[in-house]
Amino acid sequence: MFAYVLKRVAMTIPVMGVVALFVFALLRLAPGDPAAVIAGDYATAEDVARIREQLGLSEPLFVQFFTWVWSLLQGDLGTSIFSGKPVIELIGQRIEPTMLLALTTIIFSILVAVPLGTIAAFRAGSLVDRFVMLFSVGGFSVPVFVLGYILIYVFSLNLRWLPVQGYRSPFTEGIGPFLSYITLPTLTLSVIFIALIARMTRASVIEVLEEDYIRTARAKGQSELKVLMRHALRNAAVPIVTVIGIGIALLIGGVVVTESVYNIPGLGRLVLDAVLARDYPIIQGLILFFSFIYILLNLLIDLTYTFLDPRIRY
Amino acid sequence: MVDQSTQPDATAAIPDSGAKDISLWRIALRNRGVYYGGVMLAIIVVIAIAGPWLVQDPTSLNPMNRLKAPGEGGLFGTDQLGRDVFSRVLNGARVSLVVGIFVAVIAISIGLVLGLVAGYIRWTDAIIMRVMDGLMSIPAILLAIAMISLSGATLTTVVAAIVIPEIPRVTRLVRSVVLTVREEAYVEAAIAAGTRTYLIMARHVLPNTIAPLIVQATYICGSAMLTEAILGFLGAGIPPEIPSWGNIMSEGRTFFQLTPWIIFFPGIALAVTVLAVNVVGDGLRDTLDPRIARNMR
Repeated sequence: MFAYVLKRVAMTIPVMGVVALFVFALLRLAPGDPAAVIAGDYATAEDVARIREQLGLSEPLFVQFFTWVWSLLQGDLGTSIFSGKPVIELIGQRIEPTMLLALTTIIFSILVAVPLGTIAAFRAGSLVDRFVMLFSVGGFSVPVFVLGYILIYVFSLNLRWLPVQGYRSPFTEGIGPFLSYITLPTLTLSVIFIALIARMTRASVIEVLEEDYIRTARAKGQSELKVLMRHALRNAAVPIVTVIGIGIALLIGGVVVTESVYNIPGLGRLVLDAVLARDYPIIQGLILFFSFIYILLNLLIDLTYTFLDPRIRY
Repeated sequence: MVDQSTQPDATAAIPDSGAKDISLWRIALRNRGVYYGGVMLAIIVVIAIAGPWLVQDPTSLNPMNRLKAPGEGGLFGTDQLGRDVFSRVLNGARVSLVVGIFVAVIAISIGLVLGLVAGYIRWTDAIIMRVMDGLMSIPAILLAIAMISLSGATLTTVVAAIVIPEIPRVTRLVRSVVLTVREEAYVEAAIAAGTRTYLIMARHVLPNTIAPLIVQATYICGSAMLTEAILGFLGAGIPPEIPSWGNIMSEGRTFFQLTPWIIFFPGIALAVTVLAVNVVGDGLRDTLDPRIARNMR
């Protein structure tokens, strides 16, 4: 087990290396002088020279790469060109809304999708099942931001139940305001996630329900609820958890869009502001940061398999 | 959508000769999803091709006729510059379909080559797959935004930026098919008979990738249209002068409280188009690829 954990952790190193190489190459392979691209159309020659200096663009490529990776390993994600602040500090300032939105979305989605998918599998072919399948196809077809605007239109502008846009911190402004502001963004972002998880839960539970041990459990007179909860869902857990991990990538993309729709001052907004200002170190730092989170979460999920399914041994 | 009544035909999974391909399509069309989704898609394609000829110029300004409600100024109303939203939405269909089709074709082609190489030439496997793992861990939208902001927003850069994050999935799919086929008795027989590698690839490996790739292509097409709209909406997509659905919705944000239809009409058009593509994709998966269908039932 310990050897496996070590091996699995070691496997993430080349993946992170590839990510770093991609992000590094992105700026250098872009057409034209990267310093001039970042400086923008109205930059003076001094501006371009200053940016080239700041990003170390005059060094040989491999020197640039290794100095950059070395500073990354020390936790230095670079410095914003315009504000002059370290990128890691800017991320720290904006991370709270993003993390909380992602968290509420994951919790809400799992609470809705797993029971929904299980019921659909249990009553395969029924009306509930058809509804779940329809929802899961539809959920992948509606763009996140259109959904966001529909919810704003219905619940904020017409019914006036919830605020239109913005964010309130649960730590400084209390749980009540936080919940009223986070509800619509969470619903918006959850739809695609629910579609994904419900579909996988259904498929996975249907497969497990055909197993011999389910028949055995039923034959010995166990109630259907116990069959579902104790035997079916437990054995169906691994693919469900895997798909949640894959869905994190989807979630990160969705967060950027949702924050833009609801005017939430999180990491998504930081990216978009950085794009407008051509503040490349911020964009670069955020891509690395999100990729790191994705790799880390999927590593953790891989390691939980043994707890979910004792048959898996390494 | 899954159709319980039409169980996938086992023979449909082996598209190995030209004659069978025809019956393959006939089997696919028997699936309700393929049929209805296909009809819906055909209508959308016709509208996208013919529509723009029938309406006024989507870029013509009419300052006297700004922010009119649907019915009052054109079928879908007008935007803040007095442009006809109906005409703009019709023209946007072309952009979406072009992006969707181009992205699907390019991503499938690149992924097919990489997957065949990784699956067949053993020493390249580890290298290609690690690169794909890395690419897969970068959030697609962020990568696209970064690429477009660095290389300038044109139709080409937008397509390229959407293609690159799609490649790993195709590569993985092709590689897994190659690895499975390589162990088959008929491939061993071909090797034993001295058939050259490229002939084995062309005759035995490639035909087995066709069915799953067609299915994958429809999903990529749908998700590419969504990504294009998201990029346009965020202001990081196709140049704003082109009336793509994403751009129309992006411009509609300012006056959303007053004129929500500027976002809703292109949004509905996009959702219906992507839904049609996805329904066709699910139907094709059920009929062409029973192996995946069994897992996703």
